[in-house]
Amino acid sequence: MRRLQSVAIWILVAACGAGAFAWIALNRGERVSAAWLVTAAVCFYVVAYRFYSRIIAANIFALDANRKTPSERLNDGRDYVPTNRWVVFGHHFAAIAGPGPLVGPTLAAQFGFLPGALWIVIGVALGGAVQDFVILAASVRRNGKSLGQMAKEEIGPIAGLTALVAILGIMIVLIAVLALVVVNALGESPWGVVTVGLTIPIALLMGAYMRWIRPHKVLEATVMGLILLVVALYVGRGVAENPALAPLFTLSRTTLAWSIMIYGFAASVLPVWLLLAPRDYLSAFVKIGVVVALALGVLLVLPPLEMPAITRFVDGTGPVFAGKVFPFCFITIACGAISGFHSLISSGTTPKLLERETDARFIGYGAMLTESLVATLALIAACMLTPGTYFAINAPPSAIGTTAESAAAAIANWGFTLDPEQFKALTASVGETKLLSRTGGAPSLAVGMAHLFSNVLGGGTAMALWYHFAIMFEALFILTTLDAGTRVGRFMLQDLLRHVYEPLGRVAWYPAVVFSSGLFVAAWGYFLYQGVVDPLGGINSLWPLFGIANQLLALVALCVGTTVIIKMGKAKFAWITLLPLTWLAIVTMTAGWLKIFSDDPKLGFLSHARLVQEQVAAGNLPANVKSAADAARLVMNDRIDAAVAAFFMISVVIVITSSAREWLAVVGGRKPAISTEIPFEPRAVAVGD
Amino acid sequence: MKSLSALKARLLRATSTLNRIIGAPDYEGYLRHQHACHPDRAPLTRDEFVKQRLEDRYSRPGARCC
Repeated sequence: MRRLQSVAIWILVAACGAGAFAWIALNRGERVSAAWLVTAAVCFYVVAYRFYSRIIAANIFALDANRKTPSERLNDGRDYVPTNRWVVFGHHFAAIAGPGPLVGPTLAAQFGFLPGALWIVIGVALGGAVQDFVILAASVRRNGKSLGQMAKEEIGPIAGLTALVAILGIMIVLIAVLALVVVNALGESPWGVVTVGLTIPIALLMGAYMRWIRPHKVLEATVMGLILLVVALYVGRGVAENPALAPLFTLSRTTLAWSIMIYGFAASVLPVWLLLAPRDYLSAFVKIGVVVALALGVLLVLPPLEMPAITRFVDGTGPVFAGKVFPFCFITIACGAISGFHSLISSGTTPKLLERETDARFIGYGAMLTESLVATLALIAACMLTPGTYFAINAPPSAIGTTAESAAAAIANWGFTLDPEQFKALTASVGETKLLSRTGGAPSLAVGMAHLFSNVLGGGTAMALWYHFAIMFEALFILTTLDAGTRVGRFMLQDLLRHVYEPLGRVAWYPAVVFSSGLFVAAWGYFLYQGVVDPLGGINSLWPLFGIANQLLALVALCVGTTVIIKMGKAKFAWITLLPLTWLAIVTMTAGWLKIFSDDPKLGFLSHARLVQEQVAAGNLPANVKSAADAARLVMNDRIDAAVAAFFMISVVIVITSSAREWLAVVGGRKPAISTEIPFEPRAVAVGD
Repeated sequence: MKSLSALKARLLRATSTLNRIIGAPDYEGYLRHQHACHPDRAPLTRDEFVKQRLEDRYSRPGARCC
């Protein structure tokens, strides 16, 4: 009877999901309510969790609640601590979720809501969640080893080194592109600059509070910080409305770029208790708060999707970024569908905290499904704007000009409508003087969220507050990724420089700290600055590079996963990681190739460099370029971007070939299938005690 | 009086849970572990422990993502 009941429930869930998908698919030409998309996604997640993740848990790893976990075996009260599964879930989710799942889907909305939605939902079930779960389980079985260590031990030293260098490369591109998103959101916006700027002294105040006033009272300090964030929001408004103060805080994008570089450098050299740790605590709360608020907003309002299911820009002529839906939809949305960066978390803090190894399914697969839901919600928030509004905010000036009227004309050419007066009213209602071409995704998401929230709470008059609330949140967690990332990058760089000159590796020697921090900030600062002055808008070249890099890391992780599975003697189940691996290899290689060699100068780095050179040779400078020296720099940047893409592609080839050799050797019987797992050790007390 | 101490205990548990979710150093847990497993060794002071945990957390990838 119970069994029958369960079968009936699962058939119902599957039917609900399929029905919602069918409704979306058949309802062409009419507006579809977000309710259908949420229903389809959630049903799909639930079914995937129940049935697909079971294959990994039961058939491959045979996770056993009576097997000792690293946290029990190596319990040291520090890194290895047996922790309740809900706490680990929260911690893991706060670590994997960030601005990525919010920005990517917003950018990919230029293809319409359907390509992005399908990739987010299917990609996570068959790719992202599989990667996170397999790496977590593999690491738990190896005392919490990191991805780099596993790549070295399972595949070989070359793959291990490639993984290390790739991680460093990805961090550089990641930080640059996220910083660019912040710069675009805050440029010429005194309200935003003041509000986000104030979060730095707030963090310092929290740090001082936890050190001297009420030592180690983390939650007290965080609650105080959260209250001060709200105060900062109002202070920002006060400044923006004050004609004497507003111009002082109206910063150009280049000034902002320099400020962010200085901030990143400071975060890397200052003591962690002063700036990094307090910001991190604040950001963890804000992150969970934003996710809950976004979910509540969408569920309470259930907005209709104004964006069509598929737009004409699937042909590659899109203004937000160039490139066809294949492969660029799958590059643009990384976090939310599959994100290689997660494999660092799944083989970092999390495996050392698991109380039972069976928790790995809930935490590895489950947390990634939750992040995917966040991405779906972000996609909805972008697609509930009218297409005209969406493109006016997200297209660069080279596509729509610099006035609402020119934007309306360009957008009408694409078959959408934008009322210039209405757009000006919207700009004023969110408390800004400029909303046109605020590229990068964060501002259009903030407009979407402001619509949702003001619908629920406060009405139209609260639009401006909600908009800046959303901008502050997004900037807060982007800057938290940026500062922590810069510091981690500094340590990784020092670890490499140690081989060149030993004292450079000393993490407490000030000259070495300053030198390597400066070097790392210069690396991402270079790409950031290039993005800020790029006449095509910067996001167009940097976001795909980030996507390719992130998917490369996912490839490394999936190669490690496949090797682990084959060496366990479970080669017949290796398709579970080989499937997303093959897809990602096709996607990254195609996208990398197109970014380097495409004849379309909007898409290919080299053809763009050639075009600029030809224009200079013919005596006329490209639009938005002031001097021949600037044009030469543009050519140089294109070539560097092409080299970076080529480097990522070569890394893909190296990792895949060295893994494939290992697989064939094991499957062909030339190498014994010996698993490097720590042997089974029963828990002292059986589960159920 | 009894309900007050129960409330206090519950509050303590809740704050400890939140602290661990946001990744703040868990000194009480460390002390419990030291008392149970290494009663012969003097544990680190709270300041030392917190400093060590924070330094460690922000020096390697694996604690933060995009």
